[in-house]
Amino acid sequence: MLAVFRLLARRLGISLIVLVGVSMLIFGIARVIPGDPARIALGPNATVEQVEKLRGALHLNEPVAVQYGHFVADLLHGDLGVSLYTNRPVTVDIAQFLPATLELVLVAGILMIGIGLPLGMWSARYRGRWPDHAIRVLSLLGVSAPSFVWAVILMLLFAFFLPIFPIAGRIADSFEIERVTGFLLVDTLVARNGAAFADALWHIFLPAFALAVSGIGQAARLTRANMVETYDRPYIEMAQAYGFAPWRIAAKYAFKPSLIPSLTIIGLDFAAMLGNAFLVEAVFAWPGLSRYGVAVILRKDLNAIIGTVLVISATFLIVNLIVDLLIAFLNPRIRHSERGSS
Amino acid sequence: MKRTSVILLRNPMSLLGAVLVAAVVLSAVFADYIAPFPEHRGAVVDFVHFNQGPSARNVMGTDLVGRDLFSRILYAFRLSLVLGVVVLAIATPIGTLVGLFAGYLGGRAEFVLMRLTDVFLSIPPLVLAIAMMGVLEPTLMNAMLAVTAMWWPWYARLVYNIARSEREEGYVLAAEIIGASTLHVTVREILPNCLPAIITKMTLDMGFVIIIASSLSFLGLGVQPPTPDLGSMVAEGARYLPDSWWLTVFPGLAILVAVFGFNLVGDALREILGAGQ
Repeated sequence: MLAVFRLLARRLGISLIVLVGVSMLIFGIARVIPGDPARIALGPNATVEQVEKLRGALHLNEPVAVQYGHFVADLLHGDLGVSLYTNRPVTVDIAQFLPATLELVLVAGILMIGIGLPLGMWSARYRGRWPDHAIRVLSLLGVSAPSFVWAVILMLLFAFFLPIFPIAGRIADSFEIERVTGFLLVDTLVARNGAAFADALWHIFLPAFALAVSGIGQAARLTRANMVETYDRPYIEMAQAYGFAPWRIAAKYAFKPSLIPSLTIIGLDFAAMLGNAFLVEAVFAWPGLSRYGVAVILRKDLNAIIGTVLVISATFLIVNLIVDLLIAFLNPRIRHSERGSS
Repeated sequence: MKRTSVILLRNPMSLLGAVLVAAVVLSAVFADYIAPFPEHRGAVVDFVHFNQGPSARNVMGTDLVGRDLFSRILYAFRLSLVLGVVVLAIATPIGTLVGLFAGYLGGRAEFVLMRLTDVFLSIPPLVLAIAMMGVLEPTLMNAMLAVTAMWWPWYARLVYNIARSEREEGYVLAAEIIGASTLHVTVREILPNCLPAIITKMTLDMGFVIIIASSLSFLGLGVQPPTPDLGSMVAEGARYLPDSWWLTVFPGLAILVAVFGFNLVGDALREILGAGQ
């Protein structure tokens, strides 16, 4: 147990270093934007004095290193500055739009694990036979197109030609749900409104599935590859010689050790989904961080761009931390080791 | 090399991959001769035939200003392939050198280089590219730059892992003992052992670069019209679903076909080169 905590502390330290690096990188990128952000914010009719005043307020006249210092100091107070696009604090904007995106990504993540891992297991269990071939082709197809193509194809098939799912939005307008967490699936449960929960679930399924398709393919491919390797181990042969049921061998003896390398990549796929959410949200008019992100980029709204990328990166680092911990718990070699290596 | 291609062509799936890749490359190279309407790659308007479904004249239909979709898809392939080749030609050497030196030298160089790599890897790939395109003007050059910036760390990490494990091998120690320079040990001794993994990853990455580049232009942050691009074609057509379905379905399938081909070949290469080690 101690080893797990030591590992956690080390990973937390590395994540912090990386986060500082990310903030410098993003800050650097945002500062080379051509054009004067203060002039862009105030519009062409503002006077030179007004622009100068805003430049002063934004610390734009000081050296980049000093600007970065101000930025970090504000950040530590939970202040990401004011968005020039919405005229509100960036933190307020992000708090409004992030839950919808996170909800979408989390549901997609559940679909990825819930469908991808069993598919991979099935494929490895029937290695070389037709279910294996079918799953391999399907999962390769899944990773072969960007998520906006899947979104468009799924929308065309299951919202237009077969009108099973809604075309856009998070929930029908007829439901009035009090915003507690911003996660509609949680808020409807808090409000004990079963019909609204079902409606939100019905709305989220198609976009989440479109987002998950390549992740499902990736997870299935990876699980299959790792399990096929495990199947060649002597202890599996022994289990087979003992006459254990094939499904028990697959699920208990071959799947578990294969899960550990798969999990690392699943963490990375989660990162990819945070980015791909931009694409799926655009197709399904999902009111998440994407529309805000693209809008602030087109308006060169520095504070909002930095804030958005920083929050997404932090989310990603947290997910990877959780994945690392999960691996540590699953892997007895780390769980029981004295040093907490790796 | 000969053995590799024989194995490649014997498996039906990798044969399909090779055929798809060949078809995409050939149609991109010879687009001028294959395309029924080569002039439709640019800003041409033909209001007689605008927004029509697939027909004998236009096998994939026409877009909103009457341009032949099939012709535009052929030219879009050309753009995607050029972008993929340029990005990989820049990102691979950079990432390989970073990974080689970090893995072989260890110590402080390893810490600095690999933490730098981690920084790039901890921004979700598409988000980094989107942020960069927000700063830069949306042109083909800048799209290449943005995709390259997010691509090299993957090669750094791949080569780093191999170099670190090769560092202790006998042949590396032998080279060190006879006094070979760092440059010689890394580039002449260790690098050849990384090549199969690098080549496999490059094949698979051709597909991924096409995906990322089309995603950028889908968001309007990549190549600008009237240059034909698969991503922006889908984005434009998505507003006219479901009636003008051909506007999105054919460019979307074009991406799928190209990337699927590269992935099939990459998978086959991974199996062959991996088994040879």
